[in-house]
Amino acid sequence: MPKDFGIGAPVKRREDVRFLTGKGRYTDDLNRPGQAYVHFLRSDVAHGRIAKLDTAAAAAMPGVLRVFTAADFAAVGGIPCGWQVTDRFGQPMQEPKHPVLADGKVRHVGDPIAAVVAETLAQARDAAEAIELDIEDLPAVVDMRAALAPDAPKVHDELASNLCFDWGFIEDNAAAVDAAIKAAPHVTTLELVNNRLVPNAMEPRAAVGEYDAADDQHTLWTTSQNPHVIRLLMGAFVLGIPEQRLRVVAPDVGGGFGSKIYHYAEEAFVTFAAKVVGRPVKWTASRSEAFISDAHGRDHITKIELATDENGKFLALRTDTLANMGAYLSTFAPCIPTYLHGTLMAGNYATPLIYVHVRAVFTNTVPVDAYRGAGRPEATFQIERVIDKAARELGIDPIEIRRRNFVRPDQFPYQTPVAVLYDTGNYQATMDKLEALSDRAGFPARREASAARGKLRGFGVAAYIEACGIAPSSLVGSLGARAGLYESATVRVNPTGGVSVFTGSHSHGQGHETSFAQVVSDLLGIDAAQVDIVHGDTARVPFGMGTYGSRSLAVGGSAIVRATEKIIAKAKKIAAHLMEASDQDVVFKDGRFTVAGTDKSVAWTDVTLAAYVPHKYPIEELEPGLEETSFYDPANFTYPAGAYACEVEVDPETGEVEVVAFTAADDFGNIVNPMIVEGQVHGGIAQGIGQAMLEVAAYDETGQLRSGSLMDYAMPRADDLPSFTVDHSCVTPCTHNPLGVKGCGEAGAIGSPPTFVNAVLDALNAGGFGVDHIDMPLSPARVWAALAAAR
Amino acid sequence: MPRVSMTVNGRPVSGEVEGRTLLVEFLRETLRLTGTHVGCDTGQCGACVVHVDGASVKSCNVFALDLEGVEVRTIEGMANPDGSLGPIQAAFQQNHGLQCGFCTPGMVMTAAALLAENPSPSEAEIRAYLEGNICRCTGYHNIVKSIQAAAAELAAGRVAAE
Repeated sequence: MPKDFGIGAPVKRREDVRFLTGKGRYTDDLNRPGQAYVHFLRSDVAHGRIAKLDTAAAAAMPGVLRVFTAADFAAVGGIPCGWQVTDRFGQPMQEPKHPVLADGKVRHVGDPIAAVVAETLAQARDAAEAIELDIEDLPAVVDMRAALAPDAPKVHDELASNLCFDWGFIEDNAAAVDAAIKAAPHVTTLELVNNRLVPNAMEPRAAVGEYDAADDQHTLWTTSQNPHVIRLLMGAFVLGIPEQRLRVVAPDVGGGFGSKIYHYAEEAFVTFAAKVVGRPVKWTASRSEAFISDAHGRDHITKIELATDENGKFLALRTDTLANMGAYLSTFAPCIPTYLHGTLMAGNYATPLIYVHVRAVFTNTVPVDAYRGAGRPEATFQIERVIDKAARELGIDPIEIRRRNFVRPDQFPYQTPVAVLYDTGNYQATMDKLEALSDRAGFPARREASAARGKLRGFGVAAYIEACGIAPSSLVGSLGARAGLYESATVRVNPTGGVSVFTGSHSHGQGHETSFAQVVSDLLGIDAAQVDIVHGDTARVPFGMGTYGSRSLAVGGSAIVRATEKIIAKAKKIAAHLMEASDQDVVFKDGRFTVAGTDKSVAWTDVTLAAYVPHKYPIEELEPGLEETSFYDPANFTYPAGAYACEVEVDPETGEVEVVAFTAADDFGNIVNPMIVEGQVHGGIAQGIGQAMLEVAAYDETGQLRSGSLMDYAMPRADDLPSFTVDHSCVTPCTHNPLGVKGCGEAGAIGSPPTFVNAVLDALNAGGFGVDHIDMPLSPARVWAALAAAR
Repeated sequence: MPRVSMTVNGRPVSGEVEGRTLLVEFLRETLRLTGTHVGCDTGQCGACVVHVDGASVKSCNVFALDLEGVEVRTIEGMANPDGSLGPIQAAFQQNHGLQCGFCTPGMVMTAAALLAENPSPSEAEIRAYLEGNICRCTGYHNIVKSIQAAAAELAAGRVAAE
């Protein structure tokens, strides 16, 4: 029987009450005394030289406190990149400067050029229009292949070319993979695009900077997934503020999906400007501004080759990708197409030989970085698309070809040929569950019914695996990360028995205040209402790495478990002293300490009070107080996996696709709150279908973002989607963290795009239209064009 | 600057506004009612939905100065008189109809407008009505479920009252 609280229970979220009553505290809700506002003048061309920038008239406008340009930041560092990739020749990537405000050149539409700080936002906007700006247009490079041409205009004049790096993984395997592909009886080749996306968390980014001259303290409130990372990057690399003088607060944050991991120029600006003008400075992005200043996601062009024998057994896999970096290197941009992509190219399969080639390219577009899934959706999409094509070519059922190649349960721990070691999994089990839940057996009848209504019905399937719980620090350090990827937790037990948990993880929709409290209340045997979760403030929580890569429970939750275990160990010693027993004999259960085999016991609150009022206390061997900290560095990634099915109906006359059903069978290891887990999967599936069916950040050849607002960029709406069937009953607990959890935040976004595309192609091919591939998003126009070409 | 007066959540309010001041700016900046959110600048996302004289309105699309004398209801006015969650709010919590919470005020206000018009909507009717409200977190699955649950709860309340 599931408990109604603690680990495994679908506990309702405590944070909902403030969100449902309008009492949430998002950054833009915050107003500091004396606050001024900043408006950024941004480039409206993709590439150009700033010929004239005269701010005198703007500075004289009503309410204007100061107008800033690059000259004000001459003594300040640029925005740093947090990951250095070494290329296949042993050389470091090309790393351009990234000034806070454009210095001499603009490199993408949206590049900030000047910033007006004024009494009101309206005055700041009005004054920005009075800035005299002349930009000499330079030819823009937008297309990645064109950017690599020898005579292409350079995004960064100081670099040798637009090639950021040329990376091979694992380079020593390249020749063996090539030989295996040349010798194989069958090779399936697919060229595809992983479309560029705009994350579009519903809360636009915002930042408020404040400076207190009395004690030389800076405070930045910002929409961040990782306030300590911002403090470190901005304090140490950009503004030169000692970390003890800089507080970064990420209050309620309205969604992130990766886009709020990075350190952005606007954060550095408001922190810097607040000291210069002597007033708090607030910035809130408009949505249109977000489109041209938030890091975008995906944007890969790939050729993949899968070599098989006649029975569909995978022999070798090779992939060649161009990855768009945009105009500057965002914080984690270089690791996305490399280590978060290349290491996942084995998928769920025991392919013996794999080689991944990636060239990262600068273009005159917004920087590209991690977006929900980050590299893993790009890997999964290629693998699951090429497998489907191979199945069709070989005449093997798409589920059967996957089953023939799955890593078997008895092969774990499984060492892939792309460096990672899968600790556990059971891919046959999730596929079994999927076939049952999606009623695949009943599909032919449903297809007939659709045909009777003039519709082509398709059933698509895909399997996925992801590397989550990011990440062992020593491993990522050896791969170029300029940070550790542990997580921190402090558990503070108060004298009257209540508990404050300070976590380095950050919640921006994930419900940590509820699920983390479930974990602690379960371990301590006390009511969850006695456990408060504190996050998002560098002045309160220990140095933490934040939330991304489905890491919060696997890494942050593990830190909380370790700290709570230390609390229990100390509390047992105090209890033993109170009961005049040996601490070896003390049993702690349901919030009570008992001497084993006796009726002697003391309550949780007896011990917590004794810790702070140490009158009767083992003071010679134990310090007073009951507060413990843990920094948990994971031993390995975690490997959530699953199988997804999608059913679509295609209108052959219009190319319109309707998602009729979507089923997900996931193995997330152990589950703390199934209600929250299901919600995460729903949201991920919607974003994945959004990518596959609707969304694209489309640039024209001059570098203008054509889908630059919610009028033009097709976000999934309620009537684009069906209700979903999700299941997480297949459980192989993670073997190396104390909760046995794997993470669930990105799965839906990783597994669903190929599932959807496979479904549409199944509909077309079964309907007599021979179509190998359609690039995402599968808009009616693209599907209709593919139908027309096949007719 | 001109002054505008209106009733917000049952309370008479007034304030100075510019001609270009939007209702959402008046609510958030002048009245400091920050539960109503701004998620876009093109009238697409619906995070700013409030009720004006009972009708659901995107408060980023109307000028405050045009609203002299109206009655506005925002998310801050949706709780029960004792401060507990109202039936639609409670249904969202019970059915996990929110994650980051940013679109939530608009979703609740839109759901209230829908259920006032159509007390027992089908799933398709709910999805169609939510066309002007974007959520990036939930995939809408649990929002639809929440509105269905709220409809059932409100219907049960009406039966009990009769």
